[in-house]
Amino acid sequence: MVTSPAPLLEAEGIVRRYGERTVLDVDHLVVERGEVLAIVGPNGAGKSTVFRILLLLERPDAGEIRLDGRVVRPGDARARGRLAGVFQRPALFTGTVRDNVAFGLRATGVGGAARTERVDAALDWLDLSALAGRPVHTLSGGEAQRVALARALVIEPQILLLDEPTSSLDVSVRRRFRQDLERVARQRAGSVVLVTHDALEAFGLADRIVVMDEGRIAQVATPDEIMLRPGTPFVAELTGAELLLQGTIEALDDGLAAVRISPDVVLWAAVRDARALTAGAAAVAAYRPEDIVLAAAAGAAATSAINRLAARVEAIVPVGALTRVRIRTADGIVLTALLTRRSVDALSISAGSAVTAHMKATALHAWARETHRL
Amino acid sequence: MDLFIESLREAVRLLLRGDRYVLEVVLLSLRVSGTAVLLGVALGLPVGIAVGLRQFRGRGLVIALIHTGFALPPVVVGLFVYMMLSRAGPAGQLEMLFTPAAMVVAQAVLAAPYVAGISLAAVQAVPGDIRLQASALGASPLLALWMHLREARLGIGAAVVAGFGAVISEVGAVMMVGGNIAGETRVMTTAIVLETRRGNFATAFAMGLILLALAFAVNAALTRAQQGRTLAAERRTW
Repeated sequence: MVTSPAPLLEAEGIVRRYGERTVLDVDHLVVERGEVLAIVGPNGAGKSTVFRILLLLERPDAGEIRLDGRVVRPGDARARGRLAGVFQRPALFTGTVRDNVAFGLRATGVGGAARTERVDAALDWLDLSALAGRPVHTLSGGEAQRVALARALVIEPQILLLDEPTSSLDVSVRRRFRQDLERVARQRAGSVVLVTHDALEAFGLADRIVVMDEGRIAQVATPDEIMLRPGTPFVAELTGAELLLQGTIEALDDGLAAVRISPDVVLWAAVRDARALTAGAAAVAAYRPEDIVLAAAAGAAATSAINRLAARVEAIVPVGALTRVRIRTADGIVLTALLTRRSVDALSISAGSAVTAHMKATALHAWARETHRL
Repeated sequence: MDLFIESLREAVRLLLRGDRYVLEVVLLSLRVSGTAVLLGVALGLPVGIAVGLRQFRGRGLVIALIHTGFALPPVVVGLFVYMMLSRAGPAGQLEMLFTPAAMVVAQAVLAAPYVAGISLAAVQAVPGDIRLQASALGASPLLALWMHLREARLGIGAAVVAGFGAVISEVGAVMMVGGNIAGETRVMTTAIVLETRRGNFATAFAMGLILLALAFAVNAALTRAQQGRTLAAERRTW
């Protein structure tokens, strides 16, 4: 019998409680070899706790962590140097950039010429060679975080774990750090686990995404899967969808559900698990504002969208390069469409204009109401 | 005013000449207080580190007790050590009373709370993620602890200096357990008391100057450590 090799890192039945409160309850989480796995969720979702537990810095109240199929615990010498962590704050040690980058090698007993060579290489990967002799307190925030990344990568860990590494950086520095992370981390670390509250950051970097909600895993999937088939209303909302909370299932047909969201409006939506829904059940629907196509009331949009709603423009709000157009149907349903400025100009709409909103059924998702915390 | 100027002039002359009596007293003071601080560090530093790093029930009370130690009256410590070491006391058979060893014990008791209290604050001020970060880079628990203490080193240095400053200038405890015996247990503070009573103002002044210089050095070191810590805290704001 051929057995498949154990996953690189596996967490099984992890529970962590702080006093009476359970902050983490994860049945099963796997980090595969060579992948970038993002753990995404809002504040308080348990991301940082799972980060510390996977990094063997904190002991869970129940469950176990396996590295290459072997159970490992905090303080386990066997795991030392195989995992490396980068924190939200760079937490550099007093000394020079070089001292900091050399730390992990010193800690794991790599000395002499080998250490010098590897430190030089790591400094070079992240364009830090010119800063090698600088005391760390003279570095900017972005430089400090790059030093923290070099300090973790120099040990060429099997898994590099990062906890919100860009959240303390300003926008331009953040972009540079993400580029560095993408460029170097995949080459120098076996696998990468990125913990972030920023879904877009996760979508840009990860092969798979774990969405966490109140200490539990809401969905594990590829970025495409999460975007196109969100598992719960929470996942949809986290990735930028808008929710329509007051729906009722009218009918079910071949993976689609007709959801009545007001006395006059029925929308067709994709359903993930039709067995969980029955006609008459309360439902939540979600749509992405960029999936709404607007047409001037009289004109027809070039779309085969099944869902069509007559509405009036309530507000037009520019957001950077795009524009949010809020529309309201006659019976008070409010939807938001995200259009390019050019599209808004072409439609020549303004507040009060009559429009028709078109939406494909596959761009709408519906779930039973109980899947969503109201 | 002439008395002051004349005494000061004579004191400087004694110091420059390296007066044997003055020198002996100064050296014994440094030896006694230096040893006492080492002992105080051995007692106080582990307590400071442990309380600074750990959260436990009653921690606030322990910290309050340590801080109360800052205000321990030297004569009360002197009395306590005297009773311990007196013939009838539990440690009477050691026959330490009126020896430099007894003075070291009394001053160590005075120094330990300073060392514990100030090192506690220094250890506590280091962000906890330094230790976690070291562990997250493969450090053993001991090395991770060392990295944390290393970040607190200025404050720990300040704790040692403050302990020395507290004991070098105290008179009550050493007077009681040392007895101010010439050539044996006479230190600067007890000598100043005696020489002033005898009217030897110049000798008292000479030792007073040395004490002032030491006090200045101690405070300069503390200020430096404090400034360093402020800088370090600023650095951590990013």
